[in-house]
Amino acid sequence: MSTIRTLEELKAKRQEILDRKAARNGKTIINVSLATCSIAAGGKAALEAMQDEVAQNGLTGVEFMQSGCMTYCYAEPTVEITLPGKAPVVFGGVDEAKARELVTEYVMKGEPVEGIIPVNYERVVL
Amino acid sequence: MPATTTEKKQLRIATRNCGFIDPESIDDYIALRGYEALAKALTMTPAEVVELIKASGLRGRGGGGFPTGVKWGIALANAADQKYIVCNADEGDPGAFMDRAVLEGDPHSVVEAMAIGGYAIGATQGTVYIRAEYPLAIKRLKKAIDDARAYGLLGKNVFGSGFDFDIELKYGAGAFVCGEETALIRSMEGKRGEPVTKPPFPAQSGYWEKPTIVNNVETFANVPAIVLKGADWFSGIGTATTKGTKVFALAGKIVNVGLIEVPMGITLREVIFEIGGGCPDGKKFKAVQTGGPSGGALSYKDLDVAIDYESLIARKSMMGSGGMVVMDEDDCMVSVAKFFLDFTMDETCGKCTPCRIGSKRLYEMLDKITKGKGTHADLDRLKSLSVIIKDTALCGLGQTMPNPILSTMDTFADEYEAHIRDKKCPAHVCTALLTYTIDPAKCTGCTLCTKVCPVECISGTKKQPHTIDATRCIKCGACYDKCKFDSIIKQ
Repeated sequence: MSTIRTLEELKAKRQEILDRKAARNGKTIINVSLATCSIAAGGKAALEAMQDEVAQNGLTGVEFMQSGCMTYCYAEPTVEITLPGKAPVVFGGVDEAKARELVTEYVMKGEPVEGIIPVNYERVVL
Repeated sequence: MPATTTEKKQLRIATRNCGFIDPESIDDYIALRGYEALAKALTMTPAEVVELIKASGLRGRGGGGFPTGVKWGIALANAADQKYIVCNADEGDPGAFMDRAVLEGDPHSVVEAMAIGGYAIGATQGTVYIRAEYPLAIKRLKKAIDDARAYGLLGKNVFGSGFDFDIELKYGAGAFVCGEETALIRSMEGKRGEPVTKPPFPAQSGYWEKPTIVNNVETFANVPAIVLKGADWFSGIGTATTKGTKVFALAGKIVNVGLIEVPMGITLREVIFEIGGGCPDGKKFKAVQTGGPSGGALSYKDLDVAIDYESLIARKSMMGSGGMVVMDEDDCMVSVAKFFLDFTMDETCGKCTPCRIGSKRLYEMLDKITKGKGTHADLDRLKSLSVIIKDTALCGLGQTMPNPILSTMDTFADEYEAHIRDKKCPAHVCTALLTYTIDPAKCTGCTLCTKVCPVECISGTKKQPHTIDATRCIKCGACYDKCKFDSIIKQ
């Protein structure tokens, strides 16, 4: 990793990262909440089930990522799925069966699956 | 799935990135303008950074609410060859997990803010004092620090400004009192985690007797946003005395258990009912404990209070670090006060007498009341001892320890009265005050209760109403839980 010495270099780095992320456009992003509590609630099992289902169906346009707390303790494990060109949707109560259903129904067919958590916050974007 | 309001009551500043970025990727953070606030701060003078934070109105989110900019200003004004900036991540209130969420979800925001704070006060060394019970937060924070170092965002000559800054971690061993800043500093020095009298304040003489700033995780998480968006933006949110947002951990008897971040000035009603969805199973809301063991119970009378530091103190509670434990009609407020005293009695460090012995005496009196042996004289003593401890204890832990008692005695005086005068627990929680009887009209004589009763105190002929021998009943409730005909009466 090269070091960042000026604000310009930081901004150039940011652009490079944003370009890299833009190259993912057209891919489905599956973001699994993996804070301590989410893991305890079965977040990793949900992630593995989805990875397995994606592999079984030979899907190539899906990328996985982990994040921290999504704030919905009452609905853990939670997973956010962003289909290409669509707004991110958060699903709660994702056990193994629901995880597989999310891949086969929502990711593959765009069919809504029960357990959608509506966005009830405004978020400050810097 | 519980219903959630679609109206956007929440505003996320401190938790702006939690759940949206990979906490283990510095690139994800940089993509959201990470470290630009640090770069910007380094083009200002330290005094300008302090003024910016002062003007924003940011106050300590650990619970005390001391103005962060003022604190930084004191440390800046104190000349010293070395100063320190410390992040207090010793989160320990029962039911509180806001800081863990921030550290596990967005560690770089804290790393960046500590560097900004370090620059503002003239510190080159930062320390995160984090409880060892948070292994994942530690892992992610360590990775964040390593990655920031690798990018040159920590270390020597940050952004070519000549400013050197680095961060190390120190682990707390689980003592609640170490969340108090002077005890925390002593613990960092390898000494017993005990508080010392203030003044001198840590900003004057702290870690190794050098000027030291101790700020909470959530306080830090607000700083990069303030630097980039400006003091006016931040001070435009909230109430007259309290700016910005607060992260609360909603726990207990609430439908939407979880983390919320709301603008200061929101009412308790909006938090509990509109965001939290009210109490489960249609039960009646009774109270919410804010400020953990240092706070008090807010009741239905307080539902329309606009939440800020001052309004909660006026109601004998406090903001605290953000734990909100919701209680419904099935909770006994005397038992709740006893629960918190049990906690502080365990966690008192023992250095000062009011806290060490006072907590024990308060607990004993509450215990006596919950067992139906309390008198009105106990009630008077409970109140006077509480007031004395508040006035005489050495540190915040002791001074706030009686709050759960004082606030419940005030708001739920009728429940204390019922325990003492009628020897009854209105919420049917205090075992010693319960009686179990069988309603002969409903009992079918199925004999199931006789099979589960561990002391064999239920008798009767098959297909005839049974009876409980109250003198032998241990009030375990096994029969109550098992009866299929609701014939067991709990009073």
